[in-house]
Amino acid sequence: MSGQDPRQPSPRRRLSGVLHRHPLLRLALLLVAPMVVLVVVYLGALAMLLVSAFWTTDDFTGEVVREPTLDNIRAIVTSGTYRTVTLRTIGVAAAVTVICAVLAFPIALFMAKVVSLRTRRVLVVLLLTPLWASYLVKAFAWRAMLAGDGVVNWALDPVGLSGPGFGLTATVIVLTYLWLPFMVLPIYAGLERLPDSMLEASSDLGAKAGRTVRSVVLPLAFPAVVAGAIFTFSLSLGDYIAVQIVGGKSQLIGNLIQGNAGAANNLPLAAALAGVPVVIMVVFLLAVRRTGALDNL
Amino acid sequence: MILSRGARAALAAVTALGLAFVYVPLVVVLISSFNTDRTFGWPPSGLTVDWWRRAWDNAGAREALWTSVRAGLGATAIALVLGSMAAFAVARYRFFGRESVSILIVLPIALPGIVTGIALSNAINTSLQPLGVEFGLFTVVVGHATFCVVVVYNNVLARLRRTGGSLEEASMDLGADVFTTFRHVTFPAVRSALVAGALLAFALSFDEIIVTTFTASASVQTLPLWIFNNLARPNQAPIVNVVAAILVVLSLVPVWLAQRISSDPAGGRI
Amino acid sequence: MTRTKLLAVTAAALLALSACGGDDADDSTDASDDTSATAQAFTPPDLKALTELGEPEGELNIVAWAGYAEDGTTDPSVDWVTPFEEETGCEVNVKTAPTSDDMVSLMKTGQYDVVSASGDASLRLIASGDVEPVNLDLVPNYVDVFDALKMQPWNSVAGVAYGIPHGRGANLLMYRTDEVSPAPDSWGAVFDDASTYSGNVTAYDSPIYIADAALYLMATQPDLGIKNPYALDDKQFTAAVDLLKAQNEHIGEYWSDYTKEIQAFKNGDSVIGTTWQIIVNLAQLDKAKVDAVLPSEGATGWSDTWMVSAKSEHKTCAYLWMDHIISPTANAQVAEWFGEAPANEKACAETADKSHCDTFHAADEAYFDQVWYWTTPITQCLDGRTDVQCKDYGDWTTAWQEIKG
Repeated sequence: MSGQDPRQPSPRRRLSGVLHRHPLLRLALLLVAPMVVLVVVYLGALAMLLVSAFWTTDDFTGEVVREPTLDNIRAIVTSGTYRTVTLRTIGVAAAVTVICAVLAFPIALFMAKVVSLRTRRVLVVLLLTPLWASYLVKAFAWRAMLAGDGVVNWALDPVGLSGPGFGLTATVIVLTYLWLPFMVLPIYAGLERLPDSMLEASSDLGAKAGRTVRSVVLPLAFPAVVAGAIFTFSLSLGDYIAVQIVGGKSQLIGNLIQGNAGAANNLPLAAALAGVPVVIMVVFLLAVRRTGALDNL
Repeated sequence: MILSRGARAALAAVTALGLAFVYVPLVVVLISSFNTDRTFGWPPSGLTVDWWRRAWDNAGAREALWTSVRAGLGATAIALVLGSMAAFAVARYRFFGRESVSILIVLPIALPGIVTGIALSNAINTSLQPLGVEFGLFTVVVGHATFCVVVVYNNVLARLRRTGGSLEEASMDLGADVFTTFRHVTFPAVRSALVAGALLAFALSFDEIIVTTFTASASVQTLPLWIFNNLARPNQAPIVNVVAAILVVLSLVPVWLAQRISSDPAGGRI
Repeated sequence: MTRTKLLAVTAAALLALSACGGDDADDSTDASDDTSATAQAFTPPDLKALTELGEPEGELNIVAWAGYAEDGTTDPSVDWVTPFEEETGCEVNVKTAPTSDDMVSLMKTGQYDVVSASGDASLRLIASGDVEPVNLDLVPNYVDVFDALKMQPWNSVAGVAYGIPHGRGANLLMYRTDEVSPAPDSWGAVFDDASTYSGNVTAYDSPIYIADAALYLMATQPDLGIKNPYALDDKQFTAAVDLLKAQNEHIGEYWSDYTKEIQAFKNGDSVIGTTWQIIVNLAQLDKAKVDAVLPSEGATGWSDTWMVSAKSEHKTCAYLWMDHIISPTANAQVAEWFGEAPANEKACAETADKSHCDTFHAADEAYFDQVWYWTTPITQCLDGRTDVQCKDYGDWTTAWQEIKG
């Protein structure tokens, strides 16, 4: 055997031993890097932003005045405009989420339970590829399609209808279009895990397809749907680009935040406004924790 | 059959409609890239390959593409390391605050991009610039990494949950040390999850515009920023369509790869 | 006495005179004078101008209105940046900004060297120390600039010059010739009569547009007593905001990015609204059936100034650029491309269209007395009133968000 005394472990072996015997040490080593980065960089930046919500800006010079005040918070809570915009944004996000779920579920079910494995792969590729076409280009394509002389009007003209033009409807359509893959994938992954035997058992017991889907598939797939909803809801909640492109004169809370952070140069007000979607999403996340959606992402 | 023929036909119809919905605008983009009209009028007033020729010569687009690739690679690398470490911690150990770790990792992608964007921008302005860290590729990479971590994390976590720890224990019982076990047992099991996660993370970073707007500098232009700047200029806008069309075609490769490599038929989790 | 000192003394004297003279007895709604006295009610940070040019640094980052720094990519024959790069070795990066607010926030990042600031940005930039005074001796072409643009309240403070005049122009009313007839000649077409084209009206997406509403009220509701559309007290401001809220019902889209406005006019989504001459020109080039007029009530407009960032690391290139852009050839090119009056007198001889300067009233001060250049509203009323407080730009910004709803 080796010339080394076999009772003397190599340094590597010793280190391995230490790690093996001290699971907490292993855990700490694993967690320290990601936690430090996320807590320091991300949470730290977030905290700094939310703190600045309590400051104000000198209107003329644009410099931040670091004296704590509740002015911004008060302005947001009392102002009718901000309330309207917030409600409008939540409405749009909810509409997008619901429509995405309704569209995505049948597609995901089809892909997971009906087609062969090969077709499945092809469908997934077909569904994922558009994610790579730039968000902006897709939004502008819709702008061209929804314009006065665009494809939508051109197609609906013979039937005597006309397209929605620019506005909130167009915004919902475009956002649904953009985030659909983000809803299909989690639902598909969730349905994939659903054992076929469940469906067979249900049909053995006499349930037709509709009943099976309603009573067996949907409840089991619900966490996956919620997981998809997290994405579509949050992506729509903060979006300000699509609405600028196809939203006509509408504004959502993302526009107010971006306008104040950038052009209006009022970061404290922007931070206060940013607090609104943060609060909404944190509440949403805490609420869905119990559905197990976070395991289905 | 598990579902009746009628149900299957209905599902097939919805899927076909769904795919049509997804692809019609892309076809419009493709056709517009041949449109002689600079401002995307429909129907196209004429066809030309001029824009394709101009896109080919456009140095700005190529540079932006390269910048995006670099940013994506950087963000993916960081995400791979941090995401898998966190996934291992959460999957294999029970500890106080385990759920909070999950929520914390999801937070960057759950909160709207604009919040992340202005938070990071403000942080860089107030605390990092005095230390000499300037806006640039580094800040863009860090910004992207925050929401790319969750993609890798989810994939690795799902895989670790499926494989369970018994194989690793068996390996250790047979005398392998921690590092050998990792190399021969654990890593091969999660490898395809890592690849799937990396591909999705890269895709997310590649098309990201909101956080990038707030963390980039004047000289760092990723592809989405280039697209944003050029869609606003009448003579450049059609070139953007060309770039987008090329991107869609090119992206078939990594997406197909993700499918083949990952035994997770979804091609990975978001 | 050096030229700068002479100018400074003259300007100071003029300022002192105008401040003493006051505008209370003056009933005319003369655009250019009123901003003089009270706009200077702040002390800018103590920054020094560059004393001499060094070696060109090889790079220059510009913030400009789209159309001000063309490098051949919009139209191969429209290029005054490449000759500059070749001559000085300063490689130019241009960031176009859609509104003055965007320009101010971009300049705050400290990453840009020069900015083409309109009057509603220039004083804010000076007050916050984002731009520094300009040494006029280092800009040889400055001598040929029209006197009416030199040492004005928006580009100088207390006799210290803060920038180089670029050119000036008026905001126009653009309309689709086939959808809107007869041709409009009043801003009423987008205010009181906006319902005729409901859903197809457009307006500039910036709080400064409130001044356009105020300008309209100056003509239609004289009992409000508005003398300067940027000096609005509570009652006048509310009236303007109400007018805009009423207009909002008929707006299809607000614009700040001119490609979108051209698109909208081409396909008929917009048929009437404010515009700049360059947008009209480009739309007509694209075969859109549009035309533009300067309505009878007058218009808001701009008088832009090139300013140097206090944090710039490329100041020599910055000065070389400023000298280049107001040189007769370049100034003529940009004035023709953008559709504005040039700043340099000698540019009038260099324009391709020999009547350009006449069309744009380059030397016609009486015309520009009708044009209310974009100016930053402040609490001290710009029309000289001391008995009331006027709304400042923060109020305008908040109101604008309310107007958009």
